[in-house]
Amino acid sequence: MTRKTTLMLAGLLALALTLGACASSGEQVEVTRIVEVTVEVEGEGETMIEQVQAPGYGEILARVQDRGRLVCGGRTDLLGFGYLDENGRNVGIDVDLCRAIAAAVLGDAEAIEIVPLTAAERGPAVQSGEIDVLTRNVTWTTSRDAQWGNFTVVMFYDGQGFMVPSDSGVTELEQLDGATVCVTTGTTTELNLASAFRQLGMALEVVSFEDTASVYNAYEEGRCDATTSDKSQLLGVREGFADPSAHDILDITISKEPLTPVVPHGDDQWLDLVKTVMWGLINAEWLDVTQANVGDMASSDNLNVLRMLGVEGEFGQAELGLSATFMQDVLAAVGNYGEIYDRYLGPNGLAFTLPRGPNAHWTDGGLIYAPPMK
Amino acid sequence: MTLREGSRLSISSDVPIWRDERVLRGAAQLISAMLMIGALIWLVTNFIQAAEQRGLPLSYDFLSQESGFPIGESVIEYDPSRPFLYAFLVGLLNTLKVSLLGIILATVLGTGIALARMSSNWLLSRLALAYIEFFRNTPLLVLLFIWYFAVFNRFPRVRDSIALPGPIYLNQRGLFIPWPKYTTEGLVFLAAILLGIITATVAWIVLRRIRERTGRQTYFPLVSLFLLLLFPALAWNSQGGQTITWDIPLLEGFNFKGGTTLTPEFAALLVGLVTYTAAFIAEVVRSGIQAVDRGQREAASAIGLSNAQVLSLVVIPQAMRVMIPPMISQFLNLTKNSSLALAIGYPDLFAVGRIMINQAGRAVPVFSMVMLTYLAISLFTSLVLNLYNRKIQYET
Repeated sequence: MTRKTTLMLAGLLALALTLGACASSGEQVEVTRIVEVTVEVEGEGETMIEQVQAPGYGEILARVQDRGRLVCGGRTDLLGFGYLDENGRNVGIDVDLCRAIAAAVLGDAEAIEIVPLTAAERGPAVQSGEIDVLTRNVTWTTSRDAQWGNFTVVMFYDGQGFMVPSDSGVTELEQLDGATVCVTTGTTTELNLASAFRQLGMALEVVSFEDTASVYNAYEEGRCDATTSDKSQLLGVREGFADPSAHDILDITISKEPLTPVVPHGDDQWLDLVKTVMWGLINAEWLDVTQANVGDMASSDNLNVLRMLGVEGEFGQAELGLSATFMQDVLAAVGNYGEIYDRYLGPNGLAFTLPRGPNAHWTDGGLIYAPPMK
Repeated sequence: MTLREGSRLSISSDVPIWRDERVLRGAAQLISAMLMIGALIWLVTNFIQAAEQRGLPLSYDFLSQESGFPIGESVIEYDPSRPFLYAFLVGLLNTLKVSLLGIILATVLGTGIALARMSSNWLLSRLALAYIEFFRNTPLLVLLFIWYFAVFNRFPRVRDSIALPGPIYLNQRGLFIPWPKYTTEGLVFLAAILLGIITATVAWIVLRRIRERTGRQTYFPLVSLFLLLLFPALAWNSQGGQTITWDIPLLEGFNFKGGTTLTPEFAALLVGLVTYTAAFIAEVVRSGIQAVDRGQREAASAIGLSNAQVLSLVVIPQAMRVMIPPMISQFLNLTKNSSLALAIGYPDLFAVGRIMINQAGRAVPVFSMVMLTYLAISLFTSLVLNLYNRKIQYET
């Protein structure tokens, strides 16, 4: 017995010593601990173990290629942007942006994992580096840019609107004085709503839910007189209602909502890479390179096209850790920006029809514009 | 056996210190404690460093900034120009409101169900059993969704409100009840009523005791009733008939204005928590009552106590001693479960905390505040109940 106690004592001492040593020096050991704490805060820890390294230059690309899969923060409940089709496959504009990045980095547009996030979860998810990129209709604001991560390229220009039941007779914001409005918590929408009503000196009652589906469920039941969100979202949601024609989207826009993919802070290469892929999608539409003709275009006589497709010259692919011909993979997988848009929101779109408006190319009077790929 | 004797012998002074059992045991405990504390310090410092590395600074400065977000309902005045800390307080008060009411109602309902469960009436007892089994075995979140979306949201629309006498209106926006307006007359009248109740109670106790001691007729019910009515009548008279002014709910535009409102979010949460927790409390109460020895009941009956007296003087006081500790944990469960409010739009502490995390971009500081607040509420609840528990235990 005495021998046993002595042995145990020796073991404990050894442990104490190692621990003491770790506590005083080891940077690497610390990092393993960070992971545990993040798990506690988030409450969900599937892909945690893989994000061991602190983000630094090139680290996200390395870990994505290591893993063989791109982890995107997204959603599964928003028609047109991030939802599931009949076969349970993730589809939508935001999902296609994620696929485009996967195609560029891994050569496989299917090597993605969509982590569904609520509005309130998305900030911390990108802050902690739990996801590689956040493609979940996030509004770019200066404070989010400072706190959450790096915002890349605006891929959808939206604005906040209101939806009301048609029989309410409401057409102007001023008529909503004293109304109850259903809203998603943790959004810019929530803040815009409060300040718009404050500015007009109107009374406001809110019912706020974290889960978007609950917001529209409660609105459709009549719990609220109006609901508010980005107009594109309202359009998508209305399609899912029992009677879409019984609801009007008011012709007012109370805010600017530039929806932009976000990457974690601290890895400049990854930021540039995602921006380049996004610009590639936009430039491809401008250069008329489509999913269908990308093979033929490789033998085009347009120098801009040849450079973008990696046939001739280069525009920084090597520094970004991308293959010279990555744009061919991207376009073959998801098509250009216009094709992605039309796939879901075009005249024969899968989700609903929304005219391009500000999301048309700058040559067509819209705001979509990308630096040249040179 | 021989080993044991050997170790006892080792206490003698000629054993070297590194083989002395007492020293070794003490050292093992000391090292274990140091290990624990060391690990804790290590975790915390690492965490703080990591948080800073990742741009999640552990700073509470943002609490004084303007919150900017609206909150659905609040016990105190709130608007989006208030600071974050104030919004947090709103959430805390909402949590306390629903927890306090929930604890009271769940205890009442749970006791009722326990009594039904032990009833000799077969149907009543089976119904109570079915209730307990249903609610104990259904996840609370599911119940809350059912209560909110399938019950409270299905009430009539605002324009088709059910009008009850009062006038009280019931619709899917909630229950709209007349509420006293804050006026000096009203305050004086309320104070007079309160004074009436107090003096009447005191008179009742004192006069009754006198009667019991001396056998003299004191007419204590009449005297108390007189006092109870006297003060409000005086107040009413002195203010020329002015009493409490009621704020009546009126349909104006989209919603009812005036009076006070019981929102469907609050109602669904309260009903969900109460019905769920009552099932557990019923079992606690039943076990408490059944823990009282049957002989106690029989003995009490034998000395001529009525059924009610047996229950109130013999069974319940003894059952309480068994019930209080498990009851504390049910109360704490109810309080902590109220954080599910998030799912059905009731702005409780956790829901407001989640909004703050997003709008201020400060996950860790807010989570630490939320955790500490729940801890404080729980510790306070169990402190109060433990003091009560100590009071009712057998004196030793």
